[in-house]
Amino acid sequence: MLEVKDLHVSVEGNEILKGLSLTINAGEVHAVMGPNGSGKSTLSAVIAGKEEYEVTGGTVTYEGRNVFEMDIEERARAGLLLGFQYPVEIPGVKNIYLLKAALNAKREAQGLGEMPAPEFMKLVREKAAAMKIDASFLQRAVNEGFSGGEKKRNEILQMLVLEPRLAMLDEIDSGLDIDAMRVVADGVNSLRSEERGMLLVTHYQRLLDYIVPDRVHVLVDGRIAKSGDADLALELEARGYDWVLEEAAA
Amino acid sequence: MNDDVKRFLDRLSERSASRGPEPSWIAARRQAGAARFEALGFPHRRIEEWKYTDVRGIARSDFALAEDAEFSPATAATLGLPLDAHRLTFVDGIFAPRLSDLADLPEGVQLLPLSQALADNHEAVGGPLGRLTGVEFSSFAALNTAFMEEGAVLRLAPRTVVEKPIVLQFLSRAGEQAVMSHPRILIEAGGRSEATVIEHHAGDAEAANFTNLVEEIMLDRGAILTHYKLLEAPEQDRHIASLHIELKRDSRFTSFNLCLGGGLVRNDLVSELNGEGAEVVYQGLFHARGRQHVDNHTLANHNSPRVRSWENYKGILDDRAHGVYNSKVVVKRGSKKVSAEQHSANLLLSDRAEIDTKPELEIYDDDVECAHGATTGQLDEEAVFALRARGIDEMTARGLLTLAFAGEVMEQVGLDAIAERVELAVAGKLPERFHLAGLVETAVALNEE
Repeated sequence: MLEVKDLHVSVEGNEILKGLSLTINAGEVHAVMGPNGSGKSTLSAVIAGKEEYEVTGGTVTYEGRNVFEMDIEERARAGLLLGFQYPVEIPGVKNIYLLKAALNAKREAQGLGEMPAPEFMKLVREKAAAMKIDASFLQRAVNEGFSGGEKKRNEILQMLVLEPRLAMLDEIDSGLDIDAMRVVADGVNSLRSEERGMLLVTHYQRLLDYIVPDRVHVLVDGRIAKSGDADLALELEARGYDWVLEEAAA
Repeated sequence: MNDDVKRFLDRLSERSASRGPEPSWIAARRQAGAARFEALGFPHRRIEEWKYTDVRGIARSDFALAEDAEFSPATAATLGLPLDAHRLTFVDGIFAPRLSDLADLPEGVQLLPLSQALADNHEAVGGPLGRLTGVEFSSFAALNTAFMEEGAVLRLAPRTVVEKPIVLQFLSRAGEQAVMSHPRILIEAGGRSEATVIEHHAGDAEAANFTNLVEEIMLDRGAILTHYKLLEAPEQDRHIASLHIELKRDSRFTSFNLCLGGGLVRNDLVSELNGEGAEVVYQGLFHARGRQHVDNHTLANHNSPRVRSWENYKGILDDRAHGVYNSKVVVKRGSKKVSAEQHSANLLLSDRAEIDTKPELEIYDDDVECAHGATTGQLDEEAVFALRARGIDEMTARGLLTLAFAGEVMEQVGLDAIAERVELAVAGKLPERFHLAGLVETAVALNEE
């Protein structure tokens, strides 16, 4: 589904990713972990199309297409969605506007017509309830004045409505208390399916107690230094990152 | 006298010759207006107040005066606001009884066309007319005074609360000969009365007329008036208007100045805060594209202790549109505990769009709280990315954010019919691909549930 090959990415002349390779198949949940500054967030941001990143080498292929030849919105419509670490506040744009415009854009790309308003409202209300988001939030401006936890739940709400084929979640656990974490994890788990791939970027193992990954990768200095199954995350939790750094240096 | 001035004065003489006899005080006012206009001529850009606005397009044109008020009721219905309201309609400045609704005026409300008030020598006009806006205010005010024949007179008896809004609708017609009109609006709100007045300008898309409006509003103690000006004039129309407000003790005036149309627009808003506890709020939104020119001048004179003014103007300028926003706060000596805030923000959607902003403070007392802030910028690119990353195309993303920028003022609009009209107008003016109208409708439907 997603194939990253020898990816090199720079920001303002500094190389952040230095030959990263990773393959995610349908039905798999991958977690990318690593110390701060290892390039974790860069990976998902560059795949989503954030413009300040310069790809200097390698390829990213999504369902057989070269991702870098697709517009930002085209990637999203094809089902490649990024959940932001720091969801941006958009004063004046109601949540409901964003959801409707985004869903209709995706449906249009699929050759489907606009979803009828009653059906759309029903869908949104149902998903909002699942994320324990009060219906009044739908009328509020996107993320404006939301708490950290509310912003993250709102990101997952967008995922539930837009049903990505490959969801990339960038530190979706940061700033969440345990209750919010459960709600977010339940939302993410409800998205797990045989057809869907997922990339979780996280600093802490805690999230992976709730969303158990199929594969765990440790990112060190722009490359994947070590890969394993869910147990690797537990080992990192117990031993920290230093031993991986040492192994990588050896 | 230059040719331009002469042309207008010739039109005035023709008109005077065909007009019936008038009370002497009206004739005297006209004469004073004409004399003042002749002395001043049209303002030019070397005058500070008119530095950014070139009115030669008006001065060099030959505008006739309309002869009738014929207008298709069906078209009028489409252009008009869908509101249950008391309504006076004017077509090219002429009163159109068939498009008006003066039935069921509540007790304590006098609402009549100016022509009738002048003909009756009504007490509502004799004293107040011209008291706030004298002929010395500007050449245009002088010109208006010379020509004034039609407009609206509204008088609220003390403690009268008018439930329905009062709509003053001005329609501009397309025709071979461009016309001018000089409407005059006079509002006197008695003590503790309350009302909402909507001044609405619209018309045939091809119209290219000149409206020169003068409006005077007097609020007695504790009166509350909300005033909407919704300018949806055709894009070749020229529109010059002044609005003077006098506020007595504990009265409150809220202005929503919503400029969406007109080729050349100049608005002057002047408040005299004369009594303790008086409060004025200026909310403004202008959206201009093509080669539209919109100039808003506001002035709040804090003439008494414990008065307050609050102002927020938002401008959206696209293509080669030019916006001007000049806001002035004056605090008279001895006006203690005054609070004055001015905010303005402008959004430039094109490299060739232009805005001139000038906040001014003249403070002659030190026991005051004044604040002002002005920003001009482009759309937040991070927000554009966040929307695109959800599959929303770039044009729609920019459209949504533009609508959002206007939304900050629109949220304060208490009348849904107007809020929705402006939201749809701002969204609808964006390229068709934005498809925002559907989104607005969804939100409206959701609100209604």
